[in-house]
Amino acid sequence: MLRNFIDKIKPNFEKGGKWGFLHSTFEAFETFLFVPNEVTRKGSHVRDAMDMKRTMIVVVLALIPCLLFGTYNVGRMHFGALGEAAGFWRMFGFGALKVLPMLVVSYVVGLGIEFIFAQVRGHQVNEGFLVSGLLIPMICPPDVPLWMLAVATAFAVLIGKEVFGGTGMNIWNPALLARAFLFFAYPSQMSGDSVWVADAVSGPTALSMFASGNMEAVPSIGDLFWGFVPGSVGETSAFCILLGAFILLWTGIGSFRIMFSVLVGGILMIWTARLTGATDATVGQHLLSGGFLFGMVFMATDPVTSAQTRCGKLIYGFLLGVMAMLIRICNPAYPEGMMLAILLMNTFAPLIDYGVVNQNIRRRRKRQLKAEACR
Amino acid sequence: MKLSSCMKEWFSAKNMKLVTRPFGSDNPITVQVLGICSALAVTVKLQPAIVMALSVTVVTALSNLIISALRNTIPPRVRIIVQLTVIATLVILVDQVLKAVAYEVSKQLSVFVGLIITNCIVMGRLEAYAMANKPWPSFLDGLGNGIGYGMILVIVAFVRELFGSGTLFGFRVVPESFYAAGYSNNGLFILPPMALIVLGIIIWIHRSLHRDLIEK
Repeated sequence: MLRNFIDKIKPNFEKGGKWGFLHSTFEAFETFLFVPNEVTRKGSHVRDAMDMKRTMIVVVLALIPCLLFGTYNVGRMHFGALGEAAGFWRMFGFGALKVLPMLVVSYVVGLGIEFIFAQVRGHQVNEGFLVSGLLIPMICPPDVPLWMLAVATAFAVLIGKEVFGGTGMNIWNPALLARAFLFFAYPSQMSGDSVWVADAVSGPTALSMFASGNMEAVPSIGDLFWGFVPGSVGETSAFCILLGAFILLWTGIGSFRIMFSVLVGGILMIWTARLTGATDATVGQHLLSGGFLFGMVFMATDPVTSAQTRCGKLIYGFLLGVMAMLIRICNPAYPEGMMLAILLMNTFAPLIDYGVVNQNIRRRRKRQLKAEACR
Repeated sequence: MKLSSCMKEWFSAKNMKLVTRPFGSDNPITVQVLGICSALAVTVKLQPAIVMALSVTVVTALSNLIISALRNTIPPRVRIIVQLTVIATLVILVDQVLKAVAYEVSKQLSVFVGLIITNCIVMGRLEAYAMANKPWPSFLDGLGNGIGYGMILVIVAFVRELFGSGTLFGFRVVPESFYAAGYSNNGLFILPPMALIVLGIIIWIHRSLHRDLIEK
């Protein structure tokens, strides 16, 4: 029935039709509802259901456990800090009241800008923002004012994406750019000693306890793993992140090379720091707290902004892990280094690829010359 | 009679174009992309930006005039040294005047007044225009480029001071009720990267208005 309706109104949106200028908006909704009926007309092409919409929706699915747990955790932290007992649904409901408006704001602002640009430039609207729009609320503290979130989202989509030519052309991860904008523009709201725990109550995160050397107050490994700690909406529970990582790896969308090498780089750096006495926290505490795992699974693996070559991915991931821990441990002004490390390595990803590709060319040329000399 | 015809020649349409062209289609910052670093450094507040714009305008206009008057006597092999000497003299004069009449602002601008010597716009205009043209058109060209530079500086400073500090010329313009309602100043606008981004947006707007400026 819906199909019939769409087919009926379609001529209006074709070139020269009544609403021809709204073509890309129409196209976006049509392909959102149905598989596109256009096929490649000449040459060979891969027959696979794995188009961009499918890729994006798998990432969204992988993020769902984190989102649901984050929502619940917001409520749990709230009632816990006030010393009130509350049932599961009451906690979840309270969290939803905090998280849902953030989601709505991020999607409305981001998709609004995306649609306007697609319309003006005559592009297709594509699904890149489905993931970014979900990531943005998940890496922000639950008490960030909604207008700040809107400004940051607009900044990330405009400066991070549209300036470079839209989805797939961006240098930096848009969601992280939004967070970086908030972090530098409104530093008092974002992280450090007094993040949101409950309405009118604030407390330090585990990371700022590391930074100040207050090791007794750090939550237990179990709490850090399951995620019963204050922090940004989506990043507290290592368990839910690992669930998401499993989905990404199983479907082959997230790169295991990047996840693995980030982990190796991070662990090596923590060991070095522990040997030199720069940090008191153990490897487990460092890995499980803050945004390290979340960034590793969902942001470092972003196919657009990470390195493309296999060897490049390993280098990219390793340096990313090292940088994240280096910033976290050695720079007291930034208790969390994951965001800055990922943005920094995003910048260098094309350079790494360039080096790897050139190295390959040189190696093969040498082999060729050798073969010719033997003959 | 003689004076009026003289004036007509001096302020002819061709000469006036020398002044107005750098405002838009030949702007030193947005089109020639010169003088970026001082545009980042002195645009946190409006007042220093305006003083900087004036200083640069004076230096470009006068150095163009002097070099153009000397252009036939300067041996080509040492022309850069001669140009630098003239610019440096003028910059020192501007610096001393600023210290005398506006000490507070000159303290804020600190090293950036001295750095006008290295501002690419000044040297660029000397090489590109004053070395090959008569003194009066050269003076107008320097004036136009100085103002074109200052214009962008003032626009960037306006945006940065408004959003970064909520003030203009040091006076509060964002009402207190906004702050009470949860508004706060954007710290990113104080930092240099935002000047670059604002500049980029100005260039973007400028090029989408003048399509012929877009590089292939």
